[in-house]
Amino acid sequence: MIDFNVAPFEVVRDYDKCVNCRVCERQCANEVHHYEEGFGKMISDSTKCVDCQRCVCLCPTKALKIVPNRNSFRPNANWQQKYLTEIYKQAESGGVLLSSMGNPEPFPVYFDKILINASQVTNPSIDPLREPMETRVFLGAKPQTIQRNAEGKIETKLPPRLKLSMPVMFSAMSYGSISYNAHAALARAAEKLGIYYNTGEGGLHKDFYKYSANTIVQVASGRFGVHKDYLEDGAAIEIKIGQGAKPGIGGHLPGAKIVGDVSKTRMIPEGSDAVSPAPHHDIYSIEDLRQLVYSIKEATEYKKPVIVKIAAVHNVAAIASGIARSGADIIAIDGFRGGTGAAPTRIRDNVGIPIELALGSVDQRLREENIRDNVSLVVAGSIRCSADVVKAICLGADAVYIGSASLVAMGCHLCRTCNYGKCNWGIATQRPDLVKRLNPDIAAERLINMLTGWNHEIQEMMGGMGINSIEALRGNRLMLRGVGLNERELAVLGIKHAGEV
Amino acid sequence: MKYNGKTYLANEINDQIKAAGGTATLTEVLGERFIACGLKEGVVTIEGTPGNALGAYLDGAKIVVKGNGQDAVGDTMNEGKIVIHGSVGDTLGYAMRGGKIFVRDNVCYRAGVHIKEYGEKVPLIVIGGKAGCFLGEYMAGGIIIVLNKDNAPDPIADYTGVGMYGGKILVRAESLDTVLPEQIKCRRMEKGELSAFTPYIKEYSAEFGMDESALVSGTFYLLEPDSNNPYKRLYTNN
Repeated sequence: MIDFNVAPFEVVRDYDKCVNCRVCERQCANEVHHYEEGFGKMISDSTKCVDCQRCVCLCPTKALKIVPNRNSFRPNANWQQKYLTEIYKQAESGGVLLSSMGNPEPFPVYFDKILINASQVTNPSIDPLREPMETRVFLGAKPQTIQRNAEGKIETKLPPRLKLSMPVMFSAMSYGSISYNAHAALARAAEKLGIYYNTGEGGLHKDFYKYSANTIVQVASGRFGVHKDYLEDGAAIEIKIGQGAKPGIGGHLPGAKIVGDVSKTRMIPEGSDAVSPAPHHDIYSIEDLRQLVYSIKEATEYKKPVIVKIAAVHNVAAIASGIARSGADIIAIDGFRGGTGAAPTRIRDNVGIPIELALGSVDQRLREENIRDNVSLVVAGSIRCSADVVKAICLGADAVYIGSASLVAMGCHLCRTCNYGKCNWGIATQRPDLVKRLNPDIAAERLINMLTGWNHEIQEMMGGMGINSIEALRGNRLMLRGVGLNERELAVLGIKHAGEV
Repeated sequence: MKYNGKTYLANEINDQIKAAGGTATLTEVLGERFIACGLKEGVVTIEGTPGNALGAYLDGAKIVVKGNGQDAVGDTMNEGKIVIHGSVGDTLGYAMRGGKIFVRDNVCYRAGVHIKEYGEKVPLIVIGGKAGCFLGEYMAGGIIIVLNKDNAPDPIADYTGVGMYGGKILVRAESLDTVLPEQIKCRRMEKGELSAFTPYIKEYSAEFGMDESALVSGTFYLLEPDSNNPYKRLYTNN
């Protein structure tokens, strides 16, 4: 049968530099490179290349580069090459197209159309290197009133809260979708940084119970690995309703990835698929959600905040309003660019809305309804840098989740083939020979370095605005201006256009 | 300890059950939710009708209800035993992974959705009467037995085992006319095959003081999925 597909990338080897050391061959789990005895040189099969850049980074003589394939179909603004190749794949297999990581399509990135304010003359800026600058955040419900006893002492009992040294946490990524070493790195970094990482729906490996003070445990529709000790071991419990990369659908971890410790941690037999149904079949309404929230609170004696995570969809503000009345302490909202280990391509690229717009409308709606302090808001999908964090907080977020950014810090090059299970960087794979490539100590240090840098940048931006506490930044839309946005977009975001006073 | 739950919130009831070491008798219970959530030890006897999410995340204790249960009994239960002297509502034993639930009479929709097993942890649900639609939906492991003690013509309903990819459902019936999903293999059990399951039926009979001989006689059907990798052929890497 003719293979209609063309390689998306070309492996270009500079034979003047190549010394036939075969590092590229050993490093590529996709088996792109091999040494051809007869020719006495390295040969590459570009059709297998996913552009993960592993060979490029490790080539000692820098003899390799991966470039887009110069061979192209006849250009067509409507029938772009990707649509043709996708049709070829489906015509051959009859399958649902499966992709990984966040939506790569050229939809507007609103963070890139928002600019941050700074003080000039009238309101002096602050130098964070010399003056105290508070980036600590508490997540959870905030009491509306203060009660005092006869002696005037405060009697109000504070609901359980999470304390973050900076307004960033690592998003839910399950053990199974990412490797043991990747999880170890996230857990260690979270502990060192005084923030939290999230188990995702894969249960919690026994080795990581020691990081419980910095662990958010997830309860999703499959309830994999969920039992009382697991709930008690989290600093908070997240009910996953939806995910930005695939709103409205569940997840299937293929049986091939349910091996060894992944099987043990999920508590399902080796080789069996792990199916997370699309809905929780015990949640058909806000009242049902409230019941799950309170059953978790009962089981953990009201000691832990409960997070409800949803995907950003069209009526997200109304949904968030319901969740804020369900007893949940924190709402996490995941935008349509959020990453994933695997999602149907059509869902990932076509379902959901941008997190900036979702956040703008949710924060405004909760304020209008006077329930904003019932909950904290955590947003994700996708936060790429400290400026995105600052803009999200000004739009009303209490904190952000980062997933893709944390994987990139560990070495991920966003080749978007996590679903192949052959991650050359040892992150999105369960193959022992690949997993051991990721040193959890080094990966943890890289995560700590990245967020230490981000925290300094956040302080610099706050200082520039004359703000010394992140609390004063939250929902502070006057610190933002849009560029090139229309009136509807500005209204949804709740910000003014650049140049407006 | 005796307890009249009528005027209290569930968490106050649970605090008192725990203070008493897990063993308590609750009387005049009228819809209080979340009773015995996550309880590890003891025996809680309930007279009346407990509310939703009774024994959610149950972790080793025994609960006996002298009456009917409502929705979400034994949700995400891990270990222990729940005995209902009556019928229960929807989503019995949702995502249960261990322990046993015995319901004397009937269960409503979506019982045993996504129950799963691992190693020696094999959850068990025994239903004395009939089950509503979606019994064992997404079932990934464990055992569900529908005893059909009153010999009804249709002891299970539509969409039984839809999306099922592990575990076993046993149905006692003279004939089984229910339309089952494509991926479910259904067959009449051979003589002697039932012996592996009779201890569970005996345990059911003992809990409710019934004669087991009638329940282990008759025809049993076994429902199993045809694959534990139902989605393998569904996807194409893009």
